[in-house]
Amino acid sequence: MAGRRVLRKMSAQAGSGLPPFERVVALHGPALLRFCAAQVGRERADDCFQETMLAALGAYDGVRDPGAIRGWLFAIAFRKAIDVHRARARAPESVEDFEALADGAGPAHRDRALWARVRALPEKQRQAVALRYLADLSHKEIGEIMNTTDAAARRNVFEGLARLRADLTQAPRRPSD
Amino acid sequence: MSKQSLEDLKSLEDRLRELERPDTPEWTRARDALAKRADAAELVDVAFERHDSPLGSLVLGATAKGLVRVGLPVEGEDAVLDELAERISPRVLCASRESVTRARHQLDEYFAGRLRCFEVPLDWQLTVGFRREVLRATARIPYGQTASYREVATRAGSPAAFRAAGSALATNPLPIVVPCHRVLPASGGIGDYRGGAEAKARLLDLERAT
Repeated sequence: MAGRRVLRKMSAQAGSGLPPFERVVALHGPALLRFCAAQVGRERADDCFQETMLAALGAYDGVRDPGAIRGWLFAIAFRKAIDVHRARARAPESVEDFEALADGAGPAHRDRALWARVRALPEKQRQAVALRYLADLSHKEIGEIMNTTDAAARRNVFEGLARLRADLTQAPRRPSD
Repeated sequence: MSKQSLEDLKSLEDRLRELERPDTPEWTRARDALAKRADAAELVDVAFERHDSPLGSLVLGATAKGLVRVGLPVEGEDAVLDELAERISPRVLCASRESVTRARHQLDEYFAGRLRCFEVPLDWQLTVGFRREVLRATARIPYGQTASYREVATRAGSPAAFRAAGSALATNPLPIVVPCHRVLPASGGIGDYRGGAEAKARLLDLERAT
């Protein structure tokens, strides 16, 4: 029967046990968007976010473990962010961000001082700190994404934090929070 | 590490976790742009939209072939999306599509009593065999009229299979548009409905009134 043939064809990817992609977007999208902003700057964050989500949607059938979707998604974002860096020579990022803030981008309550310091971290520390706190991943997951050991991931996060604390303590524009 | 610096570290970690959460308009913008690009790249197998109706919020899902699913409020959006992911493809995304836009417009007209027959391309893939025949027969019951389970089974080619007809109607993937609410028990009463007996009565009342 023609109907059955169509059903079989359409069902090639069905029965995978994966949640509807809409739920992936709703659950991880906001964190992904801010992770992209931390990696490539606010101006290019939308593009990085969309490139990541489109690549994820295209490869979604291949996901074998629905429990590992978050790590998988941020691994794609991590690579997309590196592509963006390679494609364009980096401008002094903190200047770009302060200018964006001066133009009124982003709500006033945002932690501007901390944001600028995160953006100014050395690359590996910035990546590790963002994967740890903005993406909420484990050191093991961070190690896998950054292609390092757990211990190296832990060290990158720790060194990033130490630097942020030092920067914020010395910074003249530290908010009183 | 001193107590003070431990507290500093703790508050720094908390500040990082709160850092740069996108606000609602910013997130909505990014999300909408994603939906457009994903659909243009033909990466969306099932596009869906939510539609407010007098029965509550409906979920309207469509494949490239047409409207594939009308989810009624009692079913719950999550369950409907899970079903689409499981039975068709997990590439389900909230995105605008012409067949859904048309269905939304026609549903508004229907609930306003101004539309008697839906004209939307349908994708029947969520129902097969005899069940599909039953639903096709149901789709031909005119507005404002009703039929019994046995009549519908007969029109589908198996007068004896009225129980099977009942289960076909109970699992109608396209309620309202394929008007399974127009099928009633011969013994009287309103019978079962995927969207609940109250919703069924409401649709029949609407059609009687106009």
